[in-house]
Amino acid sequence: MLSTGKTVSSRLLRPLSRLPLWLGSDGRAASSLPKELIKKHKLENDELRPLYMDFQATTPMDPRVLDAMLPYQVNYYGNPHSRTHAYGWESESAMETARKQVADLIGADPREIIFTSGATESNNMAIKGVSRFYQTKKRHVITTQTEHKCVLDSCRVLESEGFSVTYLPVQTNGLVDLELLEASIRPDTSLLSVMTINNEIGVKQPIKEIGQICRSKGVFFHTDAAQAVGKIPINVTDWKVDLMSISGHKIYGPKGVGALYVRRRPRVRLEPLQSGGGQERGLRSGTVPTPLAVGLGAACSIAKQELEYDHHRVSMLANRLIQKIMSELPDVIMNGDPEHRYPGCVNLSFAYVEGESLLMALKDVALSSGSACTSASLEPSYVLRAIGADEDLAHSSIRFGIGRFTTEEEVDYTAEKCILQVSRLREMSPLWEMVQEGIDLKSIKWTQH
Amino acid sequence: MAASTRAQAISLYKMMLTESKKFPSYNYRTYALRRVRDAFRANRKVEDPKTVERLMEEGHQTLALIQRQVTVGKMFSTQKNVVEG
Repeated sequence: MLSTGKTVSSRLLRPLSRLPLWLGSDGRAASSLPKELIKKHKLENDELRPLYMDFQATTPMDPRVLDAMLPYQVNYYGNPHSRTHAYGWESESAMETARKQVADLIGADPREIIFTSGATESNNMAIKGVSRFYQTKKRHVITTQTEHKCVLDSCRVLESEGFSVTYLPVQTNGLVDLELLEASIRPDTSLLSVMTINNEIGVKQPIKEIGQICRSKGVFFHTDAAQAVGKIPINVTDWKVDLMSISGHKIYGPKGVGALYVRRRPRVRLEPLQSGGGQERGLRSGTVPTPLAVGLGAACSIAKQELEYDHHRVSMLANRLIQKIMSELPDVIMNGDPEHRYPGCVNLSFAYVEGESLLMALKDVALSSGSACTSASLEPSYVLRAIGADEDLAHSSIRFGIGRFTTEEEVDYTAEKCILQVSRLREMSPLWEMVQEGIDLKSIKWTQH
Repeated sequence: MAASTRAQAISLYKMMLTESKKFPSYNYRTYALRRVRDAFRANRKVEDPKTVERLMEEGHQTLALIQRQVTVGKMFSTQKNVVEG
């Protein structure tokens, strides 16, 4: 089926050249993966585009953001670090305005904002930078098992440098156990990193409580807030966060830009990853891309203005989607805590249906079974495994991402298609048939292979 | 609100809707229409002349922005999606 051009999957645009779940240090793990799960296919002119329901992977740029950026792509091209002419000054002024807009959204001082290339770089900088700076005295780092891969992989690198890392398990609702977290802190712990909102299941960690624990124990606290900034109210002072990663393209801004918040008082010091001209207080050498920084600033300023409006709408649409699907289909499980969550990330497991088959059947909707980084892998999501989901349920999960530009029509279309295809796939499934006959699948001894 | 200001606000509102309808992208178009309607609805009862003046100024800037972005959108338009097709 996969070899022919216009089959079931023909309309789906899903790049497959992605990394596997855990890329081996030699990077060769990728070759053992099945090559083409879902056939890549360029849309023909007479074809219709799928709906976009993958707002955790990336978001479309807001037209207001593009409007702010365009002048800096066209006329104002000066290097913001040039001190000797007007071209430099106007770019510098735009960059500083953007820095203030980012700071305002999270309750920080503009001097605490470092522009980076994105949340992955911010996470790398924070985790490696802080650990390495304090390594003579402190050699322990704590994180959780459900973090984004760039956090986990940075921690792996630290382990190879001789640091010890604790990967905290999470509870079945996806939240960390605060007592366990506190008990894991050692006298030589330098940094604790917990993401604010999980990118796969949307759960919101108790950041304020964790911040309190870290402050009282003298441990620096980093949070990856790529999925949270602009979607929930954030205040780094209230939360006692020392470092925070921000991404541009998750908040309707441009791709290729992000920021790292680094607290000034009490001061957090980090070893820079990049050497060079000493831009961004020496922490991130390299010319700041003015148009991208302006875009990030505009996206933050719009996010601040629209936060309440967007949140209200996204909650309404998410409830509409969940209710429609749940009322029509039995055996649908919502992953992650039902209350402590960001509503725009809905992760559902459809029992007795294989997630990838469902994604192929739902060719008219751009969806993902989890993180975009692992969407080519047949492995079930490590986040779902960490919350203790059964292997079969982890295999049957789909993430619905709802955002600022999602409409009621799109939600209804997605729900209807999903109900139709899940029912159809279950009709064909021998497992579903057995369940209908009252056989407990767990009692079956499958042959070993 | 003075009658003349009210008329100006209504005229601005209509112009913003007319221009928003021109977005080729389904999602930008529906968002612009929804957001303009909701913003005017939310500010319907504003009486303070200074606030009205500020909102009108913002509205005019947004109108110009919509017109520019519609132009950009038309240059790079793409296929329709499955709910509008």
